[in-house]
Amino acid sequence: MYEDLASFAQTWGLVYFVILFAAVLVYALWPSNGKRFRDAARIPLRED
Amino acid sequence: MARSAEAKKLTLEEGFYAAFLAVLALLCLVIAGKAVDQVMAFHAAVGVVFAALGVFLVFRGYSARSGNPPREIDGRPNYNYGPIKFAVIAALFWGVAGFLVGDYIAWELAFPALNLDFPLTNFGRLRPLHTSAVIFAFGGNVLLATSFYVVQRTSQARMPGIVTPWFVILGYNAFIVIAGTGYLLGVTQSKEYAEPEWYADLWLTVVWVVYLLVYLATLWRRKDSHIYVANWFYLAFIITIAMLHLGNNVTVPVSMFGSKSYIAWAGVQDAMTQWWYGHNAVGFFLTSGFLAIMYYFIPKRVNRPVYSYRLSIVHFWALTFVYIWAGPHHLHYTALPQWASTLGMVFSIVLWMPSWGGMINGLMTLSGAWDKLRTDPVVRMLVVSVAFYGMSTFEGPMMSIRAVNQLSHYTDWTIGHVHSGALGWVGFISFGAIYCLVPWLWGRKAVYSLKLVSWHFWVATIGIVLYITAMWVSGILQGLMWRAYTSLGFLEYSFIETVAAMHPFYVIRAIGGILFLLGALIMVYNVYMTIRHGEAEEPSTAAARPVAAE
Repeated sequence: MYEDLASFAQTWGLVYFVILFAAVLVYALWPSNGKRFRDAARIPLRED
Repeated sequence: MARSAEAKKLTLEEGFYAAFLAVLALLCLVIAGKAVDQVMAFHAAVGVVFAALGVFLVFRGYSARSGNPPREIDGRPNYNYGPIKFAVIAALFWGVAGFLVGDYIAWELAFPALNLDFPLTNFGRLRPLHTSAVIFAFGGNVLLATSFYVVQRTSQARMPGIVTPWFVILGYNAFIVIAGTGYLLGVTQSKEYAEPEWYADLWLTVVWVVYLLVYLATLWRRKDSHIYVANWFYLAFIITIAMLHLGNNVTVPVSMFGSKSYIAWAGVQDAMTQWWYGHNAVGFFLTSGFLAIMYYFIPKRVNRPVYSYRLSIVHFWALTFVYIWAGPHHLHYTALPQWASTLGMVFSIVLWMPSWGGMINGLMTLSGAWDKLRTDPVVRMLVVSVAFYGMSTFEGPMMSIRAVNQLSHYTDWTIGHVHSGALGWVGFISFGAIYCLVPWLWGRKAVYSLKLVSWHFWVATIGIVLYITAMWVSGILQGLMWRAYTSLGFLEYSFIETVAAMHPFYVIRAIGGILFLLGALIMVYNVYMTIRHGEAEEPSTAAARPVAAE
């Protein structure tokens, strides 16, 4: 039980993190999101 | 509620809090009567007073208000600043108290006679008082204040509720009082940064869940579809702290009427849970929450958008998903399996990337406005804070490497490392945020004296430098002396010899602490003068509102 859990964590953990990180990079760098992010960056500077 | 300024009625919300607090007062009264130890009797009595005070405040608030506060006035959000102002003042109070206790115990370490031989003034009781006062009381109130400000301003919406935001702020500070007095009276779970006993933990859970709900409900009202990145960091902080708090406090009280409890698991499992909690208290309380401050207050103060919004997204997800695994580096060379300790070490080193990505993002926000470093001491404070963040997040992963840890663990190097993060990063970003917030909240043109901000900056910076350099020398000296062997294989130094060798550095550290405290007192005076005698902001259109003070 312990061995199984440990080996599962040590192998699939890596796959999980790589996929997660790739997904974040794709979302952050996707060209059509650019305008949305530029607008979002100005949210604190807007006055009301 | 509060859709317009309709006729005044006791809202369901007010009625609920009045009833809930009345029942709580009664419950505390019963516990006080049946308490099996004196601290429980005392804390239950405090509970009766606080809960009764809460009921009084609900009704006083009801009779004082003229109607339901509207969400908007003339098409502009009617932001709720009252609870935020209270949290700012509370942060100043707890900050000074926490720095003072910290410096006192620094002198105790240099001159042990200063413990006065009373249990109350013993290092073992004052030390958790210091750590909790600076992290949870000072830092916590700064986070509550800034998060309520930032979520309202970036959502362009008033936070919901009449009593609820006040319940979060006052309830949190009530927790601080219970926790702090408990340490002085000798009640502790003996878990670092999680010392409060079961009843205080339960109360904090209630307050924290309400905090999360207020936060989410305010976001729900936002005008833009996108949630600004500072709010992501605040949310990660709120949610993860809830998870850590629940996970590390699975305790069974000995009696419902006593203060003592025991954790559900023991040994290495308990140690691992504790440091999963402990390191993520650093990661999500002292890092995520304060990064949220960085992502709002630096762009606001220098009046330019964050350097790269894309980088801030990668920063957020990488930091959040990596930090949570770094805890085992606190348990090198223990009963923890080697692979788990290696995992903690590897994740700590991976943390270099998001930490430095975030630091660069914060610093580069100034590109094109670097002159503000010279002209605006508040910007200087914010920027030096981010530089300290970079420094301590470089040092931390390095110390997590097993071979380095072998030398640094249990020595003053760790204390120095923690303080470069706590005084430099958390302290300075908080001071910078307070100098921004106070004029905004109280409607002042600018802070009373920028010259005094400059004094605060330099006095505190010299204090930090004295502190961390003294601890580097003392820590490495201590580590090397512990592991020195004679040619015959005996330990070269007795323990007391290492203590004697550290004395000069302890004195230097304590002097650094005085300077840091002095800086905070300058800030308190400056904030007082801003609120009392600051020049009122002109009631102009919001577009003309001064952002940076030049």
